[in-house]
Amino acid sequence: MRSHTLVVLVEDKPGVMNRIVSLFRQRGFNIDSIAVGPSETSGLSRITLVAKGDDQKIEQLVKQLYKILEVIKIQDVTDENLIQRELALVKVTATERTRSDIMRLVTDVYRARIVDAAPDSLIIEVTGPSEKIESLLTMIRPYGIKEVARTGVVAMARGSRAVMVKEPQVVA
Amino acid sequence: MAVETRPTSPPTTAETHAGPQLGARLICQALVREGVDLIFGYPGGAVIPLYDVLPEFPIHHVLVRHEQGAAHAADGYARATGKVGVCLATSGPGATNLVTGIATAMMDSVPIVAITGQVPQNVIGMDAFQETDITGITIPITKYNMVIRSVEEIGPAIQKAFYLARSGRPGPVLVDIPKDVQLAKGYLAPPQPLNLPGYKPTIVPHRRQIRKAAELIRQSERPLILAGHGILISGATSELIAFAERTQIPVGLTLLGIGGFPASHPLCLGMVGMHGYAHANRAIHEADLIIGIGMRFDDRVTGRPSEFAPHAKIIHIDIDPAEIGKVLKTEVPVVGDAREALKLLLEELEPLRHDEWLEQIRSWYRPIRTEPSGPNGALQPQYVMARLHARTEGRALVVTDVGQHQMWAAQIYRCDYPNQWITSGGLGTMGFAVPAAMGVALGRPEAEVWCVVGDGGVQMTLHEFATIVDEGCNVKVAIINNGYLGMVRQWQQLFHNRNYSETPISSPDYVLLGQAYRMPARRVTRPAEVDEAITWAQSFRGPALIEFVVNQEENVYPMIPSGGSFREMIDEPEGEW
Repeated sequence: MRSHTLVVLVEDKPGVMNRIVSLFRQRGFNIDSIAVGPSETSGLSRITLVAKGDDQKIEQLVKQLYKILEVIKIQDVTDENLIQRELALVKVTATERTRSDIMRLVTDVYRARIVDAAPDSLIIEVTGPSEKIESLLTMIRPYGIKEVARTGVVAMARGSRAVMVKEPQVVA
Repeated sequence: MAVETRPTSPPTTAETHAGPQLGARLICQALVREGVDLIFGYPGGAVIPLYDVLPEFPIHHVLVRHEQGAAHAADGYARATGKVGVCLATSGPGATNLVTGIATAMMDSVPIVAITGQVPQNVIGMDAFQETDITGITIPITKYNMVIRSVEEIGPAIQKAFYLARSGRPGPVLVDIPKDVQLAKGYLAPPQPLNLPGYKPTIVPHRRQIRKAAELIRQSERPLILAGHGILISGATSELIAFAERTQIPVGLTLLGIGGFPASHPLCLGMVGMHGYAHANRAIHEADLIIGIGMRFDDRVTGRPSEFAPHAKIIHIDIDPAEIGKVLKTEVPVVGDAREALKLLLEELEPLRHDEWLEQIRSWYRPIRTEPSGPNGALQPQYVMARLHARTEGRALVVTDVGQHQMWAAQIYRCDYPNQWITSGGLGTMGFAVPAAMGVALGRPEAEVWCVVGDGGVQMTLHEFATIVDEGCNVKVAIINNGYLGMVRQWQQLFHNRNYSETPISSPDYVLLGQAYRMPARRVTRPAEVDEAITWAQSFRGPALIEFVVNQEENVYPMIPSGGSFREMIDEPEGEW
């Protein structure tokens, strides 16, 4: 059992996410993280999925995903040299006494940004691998976290090779 | 309700000379264009516009008595003819009543198109009268489903639905059509090449995989073919016969593979699996190579996967790559159509011999008992199957329900012809037989159709007797009545200390019931009456009903308990006879 990162290119049509999520539920897979957005090709969305399972289970999952008509391409990029990023917004309690400590910690150690300030709170914007975000959350938890919003992981392999889709072919 | 009646696009072909047409008419035109001449359906509010124009088209509509029957009938029709079956229901309860039939077709890879009405789009999401999210409900039980949102989409959507249903690994496709689309006016787009970038089934397998398979076959001393529904779907029976004969490899059949290889062929081992023949299962246990073709190593075939075919390497040929490696570790995966794969294998392989192996398997053979009566003098269900086979010369189309009678029929009614055996395998749907037999009879009107069904299953869908009589279907219903939900009772007997909890089940007087439906009916209680009753039913065209009152606590043997292995096989206890 290990964490797998899948890049899934799908047609941007109504109901596609429903089909994908339904398949995970139906076949008993858990999604650790899912992030969706437009890809480089118009009409195609790119989903980055993180799921745990042994290699054989994940291979079965990939095959089942391919059976969804709107799924065009899936790549298991787990073993690639990956850039993985997640963005989090964290609203943390900040008093006059703690504010400068938090700001120093966040900006110096984590290279995150303060994007909003209120008399008794700050909003931190942090980007990076999930581990970095976890680490930041651990460090600022003692100050009092009021709210966390995370995007889920997006990933891309280093180097020039890309997860590409050939020109759509016409059948029948 | 606001109804869009403005023409939506300019005419594109000569066939649109009549001006813009009602969406309902375009739907019918699109169906006719796909070759549809038969629909099983039931009207309702959200499909009234469709029913309004349906009589204008060369499509015979069969009015079922419950939408589940429509789905099963379309399924039976599809299995018997190889064509796409079509069922039609209204929104809400009409649509949800199709669900069991759609799930049945999904599990058994049967091409049906289910058309459902939907409430008008302006009230979708408002919990309107008879609104249900049928596309949401059927995501896991359809190959694909869709909502037609405008009149322009009708042509392409229907074309796509039929293409998806019948191509690749076939399956059910549901098309949901809101009422306002049926009432809008527009034009039917001419058939166009479909753009389905995410759907490219592999038909012709990789030559490299075929060569690897051929090499394993050459090296094998104790090979065995397991042939499934894929043989029938791809029409590969003659290729399978040629392949088995050239390589002298015996053929075991899955429940749905029955008929894909002739039962009377010397290389045929009959059905394998939970209630398969002992020699066939023993052959799997001893084999050094299993060649699965168009089958999916279902748990009713494998029992405990870790102990299935413990000495064998696996070659798995299937059109659905997701089936390969799903259950068993596979040495040589071959993705493709069964017929194409067999053709290529025939090119690669020279004649082989396995005389010793075949001799060994034959020495393990023991016939299933078909004595007329048991120790208590009661009529034996196995005898009914044997006589049915004899009196129909093995040529009837046999449609079964699910349970003990299904297993006895599978063991004893030895089928020699493709698409002769029609049964609900994967989903195991009780209530399948009666409506499915109706679809079979309407698809193959020349044939003698025997609907073999238990006293439990028949009571789930016997309302379709009315439809069978309406249509004059040549369906002979053989009710095997043992007064129990027999298969569950058998499990209770063997694994739950004979605690027959809720399995005794009463029946109506089936002879009176048959008469109530204007269906000639008889009851048989003694072995001596069996042949006469069958001959009587054969003596006229049209529906007939025979109730066979059989030994109440007869069991299906042999049996490999659920999740067990061949070594745990239960054979008939000697003491019972």
